[in-house]
Amino acid sequence: MTTPLVEVAGLRIEFPTDGGSVRAVDGLDFTLGAGRALGLVGESGSGKSATAYALLGLHRGTGARVSGTVRVAGTDVLAADDAELRRLRGGAAAMVFQDPLSALDPYYAIGDQIAEVYRVHHRVSKSAARARAVEVLDRVGIADAARRSRSRPHEFSGGMRQRALIAMALACEPRLLIADEPTTALDVTVQAQILDLLHELRAETGMALLLVTHDLGVVAGSVDDILVMRDGTAVERGPVASVLDAPAAAYTRALLTAVPRLDGPVPAAADTDVEAETETDVEADGEPENAAAALSGSAEDTPAVAAGARAPSFVKDQPSPARGAGRVPAADDGALLVAEGLRREFGRGRHAFTAVDDVSLTVRAGETLGVVGESGSGKTTLGRMLVRLLDPTAGRVHYRGRDIAALGEKALRPLRRELQMVFQDPVSSLNPRRSIGESIADPLRAEGRLTDAAVVARVKDLLDRVGLDPDWYHRYPHEFSGGQRQRVGIARALAPEPKLIVCDEPVSALDVTTQAQVVALLGELQRDLGLALVFIAHDLAVVRQVSDRVAVMRGGRIVESGTVDEVYDAPQDPYTKGLLAAVPVLDPAEAAGRRESRRALRDVMVTAH
Amino acid sequence: MTGLPAFLVRRFLQAVLVLLVLAAVLYAVFYIAPGDAARLACGPKCSTAQVAQIRGQMGLDDPVYLQFWHFLQGIVTGHTYSTGTGSLHCPAPCLGQSYRTGELVTHLIAEKLPATASLALGAMVLWLVIGVGTGLLSALRRGGITERLLTGFTLVGVATPVFITGILLLLVFCSWLQWLPYPSYVSLTDDPQQWAWNLLLPWLALALVEAAKYARLTRSSMLETLAEDHIRTFRAYGVGEGAVVRRHALRGALTPVIALSALDLGTMFGGALLTETLFGIPGLGQQLVQSVQLKDLPVVVGIVLVMGLAVVLANAVADVLYALADRRVVLA
Repeated sequence: MTTPLVEVAGLRIEFPTDGGSVRAVDGLDFTLGAGRALGLVGESGSGKSATAYALLGLHRGTGARVSGTVRVAGTDVLAADDAELRRLRGGAAAMVFQDPLSALDPYYAIGDQIAEVYRVHHRVSKSAARARAVEVLDRVGIADAARRSRSRPHEFSGGMRQRALIAMALACEPRLLIADEPTTALDVTVQAQILDLLHELRAETGMALLLVTHDLGVVAGSVDDILVMRDGTAVERGPVASVLDAPAAAYTRALLTAVPRLDGPVPAAADTDVEAETETDVEADGEPENAAAALSGSAEDTPAVAAGARAPSFVKDQPSPARGAGRVPAADDGALLVAEGLRREFGRGRHAFTAVDDVSLTVRAGETLGVVGESGSGKTTLGRMLVRLLDPTAGRVHYRGRDIAALGEKALRPLRRELQMVFQDPVSSLNPRRSIGESIADPLRAEGRLTDAAVVARVKDLLDRVGLDPDWYHRYPHEFSGGQRQRVGIARALAPEPKLIVCDEPVSALDVTTQAQVVALLGELQRDLGLALVFIAHDLAVVRQVSDRVAVMRGGRIVESGTVDEVYDAPQDPYTKGLLAAVPVLDPAEAAGRRESRRALRDVMVTAH
Repeated sequence: MTGLPAFLVRRFLQAVLVLLVLAAVLYAVFYIAPGDAARLACGPKCSTAQVAQIRGQMGLDDPVYLQFWHFLQGIVTGHTYSTGTGSLHCPAPCLGQSYRTGELVTHLIAEKLPATASLALGAMVLWLVIGVGTGLLSALRRGGITERLLTGFTLVGVATPVFITGILLLLVFCSWLQWLPYPSYVSLTDDPQQWAWNLLLPWLALALVEAAKYARLTRSSMLETLAEDHIRTFRAYGVGEGAVVRRHALRGALTPVIALSALDLGTMFGGALLTETLFGIPGLGQQLVQSVQLKDLPVVVGIVLVMGLAVVLANAVADVLYALADRRVVLA
């Protein structure tokens, strides 16, 4: 091989900010050969996206300072003039973005947008470009491509939009495809389809792939080599199989340990390296928690390694997020909340839409009920009805033997404090203009039983309890990281001493290590306080970690439910089987096997049609 | 197209309701406020008996709700007034008769509306050109000296009231340079050239203030659009900056401008009072102030209803434009 397709040497990227400049990438080197696939893996803030943007010179004109060498398909990106750069962009190297809705122009038909890009690089007529657009849309699996090419982005589903974006990238037959978190916004089954599509296209066209992601599961089956990034530098690199199988760097091991797995409890990984490593990591983030403990917390029998060292009061014994095995659901007489025939419709007349349709479930005191489903399955609507944030259209909700489904607001008020909720987005669910202490104090003040001093004391207790510094009472949400904000959300839910907390996607906005910490905290709190949790998530692995029993939702109905072992190890419903087959796995060989079986399944269904 | 007709019907009913409430509130206010319209209409030399007679003719002896009812009836069926010697017929959309002059309000409005409309429409064209142009320029030349100059201009423009701008314009162009005549309103149908020539300064005075507002809106909206993900996409696919702005940024950036200009136009139809007074334009704004001072209820109600109608109509037009510009918007 002569020169590689992509050559990056000594890459430095700095963003000027009010308080001096921030170095996002600090001396990064890598190469990517023609037709090869490289996974760029790291948590948020690791500089992986900034690196990807630098390959197309997208930092130009933004004020960011980029230095070093970046060569892509023979173009010296940092030195190239604007015309050269435009030829490279979309022509030799094309990019697929994370959020396919916002990445497409809402005002134009998708086919027109692809045709426009095609005409930038090829001197052809409008109709020829339009034909090419239909051709690539058809290639990425958009059914009835000629007709659908006239649709606007909002008329497409998330998966179709991402396909359309891939079609746009494909239009000019680039030699390099850069995919920046291409599946992060998608459901797990759609994610699998998109990854399979990328795989096929690569095999077919021989283009190289740079896959940027935070998800080790995503890279496992899709790339040849991986490069793990942290704080702008490479931590580890090598063939994907060997890195995932035997990671050399402590940080990679920590990342791997934090990844929630489908196959039950994870072996203990509390070696001292990881501990030291994650400890500093977490301090740098301002995360005042014993990260090592949380990271290794998935092992049932891990002793409280460093709990004594910087002991936040709650690390008494190890939380155990992964305890699918061996836990028997409590006896039926422990039922705290029983929903029967719950139904919720939105809209009226012709626009009526049933979000939840005849759902019955039981939550027992002190247990966690997982609710999994893809977007639009009605899981959030269900969760809100359980705590009566939404009124059911029909059905009953018995809370401690009393039907609260149709209870008036006044009669409901005394029960409100016992039924709490933790929301998905810790940013928007906290008032940015109130200090976190005040936000947590709100439910206590609303109750009006405590004096002001008692409220403040209780809030400080709660902050301590969720692993935050009590002195942070007067700080504001923007001063905290995502994980810390979610802790604030949890503290707020805990404030009125609830019996049941519905957690709606509490960790889906968080990095994998932070995710593990928050999950550990929830498990811990549950055990100490005897809480019942309803854990709503689209991530099957996380749900398996935290839940005793699980319900799988689809189209507003529960298609399957049972103990985690029953549902995950012996799924009965074809939908559950499909979901489980779509979950990315960390073993490249297994990932390839699963891809084959998905293809076989698809072929069977095609022939059946 | 189930959307548009349903939308229009709903908007029509909404407009009727808004106008009804407006008229009712005005009747109530005038009923409570001090002063006797009959005495004002009759003049200071009238005897008590004469005032009483006039009050009877004007229908002021009726209870206020009955007066309001007659007013509503007049709009639908028309009305015939006795003038003592003969009678005066007021055809169907009858808004009554001026207490002061006995002139029909509809005639009065028809007489004053062209001046106001000329002022409003002309000024709007001017402020859109100046404002949107400035805004776009300063958004695209961000960080340069051009942007700073333009920002300074818009700040001054926003901060200066129209009567100061107006007086300065008169001073400079009419008094010192003597390039333009002191404006006096000439009807478009009489002499289009003189019409424009005389309206130039009032248009400028109004437009400079409004343009500053529009420049700021356009600038921030353009910058916001340019920061959107789909703009990044087309840049990342090698589309030139000019095409990115023209094809992908402009449409999104100008939607709020469309919405705001429709609203502003509606408000202008109520008469830009200060500008009209300053430049001696015989429009609705001037008439409204006079009539309020004279407690000439029918004229006030008439003009306010025209304003209300203009605002409601402009709003509906803005919503339709909005929905046309952005297909995701559903008319409701």
